[in-house]
Amino acid sequence: MELIFAVTVGVMVTCSVFLMLRGHTFAVVIGLTLMSYAVNLFLFASGGLTLHKPAILADGSEYSDPLPQALVLTAIVIGFAMTAFALILAIRARADLGNDQVDGRTLPTDSLANKDGQGKIRQHSEKLSGGKSR
Amino acid sequence: MIMHLPALPVLLPFIAAVLVLFPWFNPRLHIQRLVTQFFLLALTAVSVMVLFKTLADGPLGYAMGDWQAPFGIYLLADPLAAFMLVVTSVLALFTHLYACGGEDTTGRFFHPLFMFQLMGLNGAFLTADAFNLFVFFEILLIASYSLLIHGGGRERTRAAQHYVLYNLIGSAFFLIALAVLYRAFGTLNIPDMAARSASLPEESLPLAQAGGLLLMVVFGVKAALLPLHFWLPRTYSTTSIPVAALFAVMTKVGIYSLWRIHGVVFGHDSGALSDLGGVPLAWLSGLTVIAGAIGALASQTLRWLIANLVIISVGTLLMTVAMGTTQSVAAGLYYTLHSTLMTGAFFLVAGLILMQRGQAEDRFVRSRPLLYPLYTGTLFAVTAMAMIGLPPFSGFLGKVFILQAAADSGDALWVWPLVLISGLAALIALSRAGTTLFWRTQGTVTQEARERISPVHHMAAGMLVATTILLVVAGGPLTEWTLRAAQDLHAGVTVNYLNGGQP
Repeated sequence: MELIFAVTVGVMVTCSVFLMLRGHTFAVVIGLTLMSYAVNLFLFASGGLTLHKPAILADGSEYSDPLPQALVLTAIVIGFAMTAFALILAIRARADLGNDQVDGRTLPTDSLANKDGQGKIRQHSEKLSGGKSR
Repeated sequence: MIMHLPALPVLLPFIAAVLVLFPWFNPRLHIQRLVTQFFLLALTAVSVMVLFKTLADGPLGYAMGDWQAPFGIYLLADPLAAFMLVVTSVLALFTHLYACGGEDTTGRFFHPLFMFQLMGLNGAFLTADAFNLFVFFEILLIASYSLLIHGGGRERTRAAQHYVLYNLIGSAFFLIALAVLYRAFGTLNIPDMAARSASLPEESLPLAQAGGLLLMVVFGVKAALLPLHFWLPRTYSTTSIPVAALFAVMTKVGIYSLWRIHGVVFGHDSGALSDLGGVPLAWLSGLTVIAGAIGALASQTLRWLIANLVIISVGTLLMTVAMGTTQSVAAGLYYTLHSTLMTGAFFLVAGLILMQRGQAEDRFVRSRPLLYPLYTGTLFAVTAMAMIGLPPFSGFLGKVFILQAAADSGDALWVWPLVLISGLAALIALSRAGTTLFWRTQGTVTQEARERISPVHHMAAGMLVATTILLVVAGGPLTEWTLRAAQDLHAGVTVNYLNGGQP
């Protein structure tokens, strides 16, 4: 069980690190979400992995530690709030900066960009909103 | 009431924030200002009370819901925490007053966010539990994310995106570190961890070391330690002036946590865990000072320059953490008081300057003369001298204490040159900045400044700058008290004490 658990956490962290190193904010946010899942699992495991044990001290001396579960619960809630904020901010940045690069600059190799550095999507959305306002 | 004193610094900002969110209060800006100012005054009074009470009677504990340590949520006000409370509330009082001059009109939720930020800061200073520290970090961070982009704009969004994503990764590391430490220690109550660290079983040592070092990385992110400091200049120089001034205390939270956890749990008498990470921290703090000095010399705007001065002061403070003696912590605490208040004051002065220079704002270019050159110039000169560390202001005293502590602990060889040379770099950068901003002028005074600057701005900046004189005048008792704070920190508070027994 320990092995499966460790490999799961490891694979998730690997994927999240790969995603977080990408330039697009969407990939980074997905990476952060994966990272928080992996961290929550890791936090859960910090009390030791046990099966079929009571949560508080019963007659026997073996029990599963309830504290990490409380910690994970808190961490999940906070993680949700933070991910939501990061997403809203990414959308805001998309509108303000005209692209979805983390550093706010469009790369020359970016397939969504044309020569003057403006994303095609931006022009498209401007066309749409411009049409509506007129 | 007096029994609940340690909880009040967390509760007061929380109540104020919720109150000004209510429908009747929220649309009325002047009511919001009055209510938050009232609560800030009360918070300052409570913080000062906590400080004097802890100095007189020793640390104050507060068990939330009467759940006893090490299992319950525990607040612990010792003199170190009380000092941080006082400096935060004083800084908040004046930056908030400055914001009432017009910066709070750019959005509807400035006042509640400001108070939530204070709640997170005060909670982080008071908590005696490492996981609770994480929770309060998140509260202060999410408030700071929103305050950072308050008012909007391209540059702010860009800076906020870096800051938010970076800190989210930092929070993930924080949780990993806590999980590792919980496995190693079996507790996350800081006094409890400190009591157990000396007698940790052999097989738990690698875990404890890994957790402690990870935690150092997390606090390094918050404090802006060298390879982790690149977020700071852009964040501080793009956000609105009162927010930048309030953020002066944000880096200090990282320093404070290093004192609180690494100074005690991984302190001198922790057996195999003694002085964990001390050598790399010493190297990195020195390099942080150098990076800050180079950045200060290369700055193109006043706000960017101040942000680099923040990095220098952070590096200087991290050197006191690396030295790790009682004297160095006391010197660092005095320097923290000084540098927090003066950085905040400097941002407010920069705000006054950039409102008077029209299009040029605070860029170092030839521009219009200032509307109030004498008043603004005096404030600039006083703050600059305090930041550089020239007598007779508080920066001088702070640096002397640090140099003394370094000489006593045998670290003079690497600390002295860094502190003195960074002071010289700040002197060069600031005198260049001052001559450009005040003397290289052309054209006429801009009339726009008359409308933008209100007496409230002048008052807030002036009073915050004046605290440097207070720090010098009260230097005698302050040094005694900071030494007490450092001794109390290193003597430690045991769980036994928390539960009402003897230390």
